[in-house]
Amino acid sequence: MTNTTASSDVGDLQSRLSGEVPGVSLAWSTYQDQTRVVVPAADLLSVLQASKKIGFDQLTDITCVDLLEYGNATDRFEVVYLLLNIETSERLTLKTYLNEPDLTIPSATSVWFGADWLEREVYDMYGIIFAGHPNFKRLLLPQEFQSFPLRKDYPVKGRGERHNFPVITRAES
Amino acid sequence: MATEINKTVGDNVFLTTLDAAASWARANSLWPMPFATACCGIELMSTAASRHDLSRFGSEVMRFSPRQCDLMIVAGRVVMKMLPVLQRIWLQMPEPKWCISMGACACSGGVFDTYAVVQGIDRFIPVDVYVPGCPPRPEQLIRSIIDLQEKIQSGGTYNAREFKLRILPEGPQRFDEDELIRIRERNGFKLDPPTYDPVH
Repeated sequence: MTNTTASSDVGDLQSRLSGEVPGVSLAWSTYQDQTRVVVPAADLLSVLQASKKIGFDQLTDITCVDLLEYGNATDRFEVVYLLLNIETSERLTLKTYLNEPDLTIPSATSVWFGADWLEREVYDMYGIIFAGHPNFKRLLLPQEFQSFPLRKDYPVKGRGERHNFPVITRAES
Repeated sequence: MATEINKTVGDNVFLTTLDAAASWARANSLWPMPFATACCGIELMSTAASRHDLSRFGSEVMRFSPRQCDLMIVAGRVVMKMLPVLQRIWLQMPEPKWCISMGACACSGGVFDTYAVVQGIDRFIPVDVYVPGCPPRPEQLIRSIIDLQEKIQSGGTYNAREFKLRILPEGPQRFDEDELIRIRERNGFKLDPPTYDPVH
């Protein structure tokens, strides 16, 4: 499969997306043929809707990066949306930055319904809250789990959750 | 006395205790409950399949209902979300029952020393035989079943009185609650007391 996205198309992509959301400050960059755009959290939903409108019909993944003590990063969390245009094989990496205590961003389920479990997983592991999600709860960990384990300030061995069970002995079973 | 009876009935009668007969029957008709959560489960299947043929040792009747089983084989890592399920299945199995912890993960957590993986199922349910390996060969699992058969043969009573008398040395060691408090204090964190109530 050949890569149909030549570097001249990147400028085209920029103008197409910017044309859909005038007035939103988008910070573009490219790295090894990957087109990345940083979006302010307040404008996220309109940019996601515009991305779908210009042809990014598949939401490949939503993930998050905890930038605590990472280099000279100034923001704490980076939520990453990986988009794909199935017809042209164009890909777009869309990022937004979040800081405590306000970790709420709009849910993308109204744009791509496949965001359902992806957003629940990001909440499960990082505690990012997606407003407007139809069934917002933890995806993988037990509902009574109290921490967000992929945050960098969470110890690898946990805080005793794996030990917090009753002991069943021979005499009791 | 045995000689006199031998004179009367020849070799057609064996004298033994009822306990020994019951243990003999139990040891040679183990019904395993496969609690297979990871790659050890593949070796467990291989053990039961034709090449290694667990039925040579009288324990091929795998049942997926714990109420029909008397041997639980925990094959694979158990995470903290799965452990209440494991305990509940263990409690649903009728007495007399035994447990084999198969593989490094079930015995000790293996390489998965993380927040989610239970560091050895013997912290929370009783275990009779441990099988090392990652995963163990089918021969090792067969060896563990032979060992368990010897253990059943050497103990056990007809009415299973000894299971009521079994206490901590046969079961898991109580988790050192002071250690748990130390872990929590070190992390500046307070967990609610456990709310899980095992259903008998």
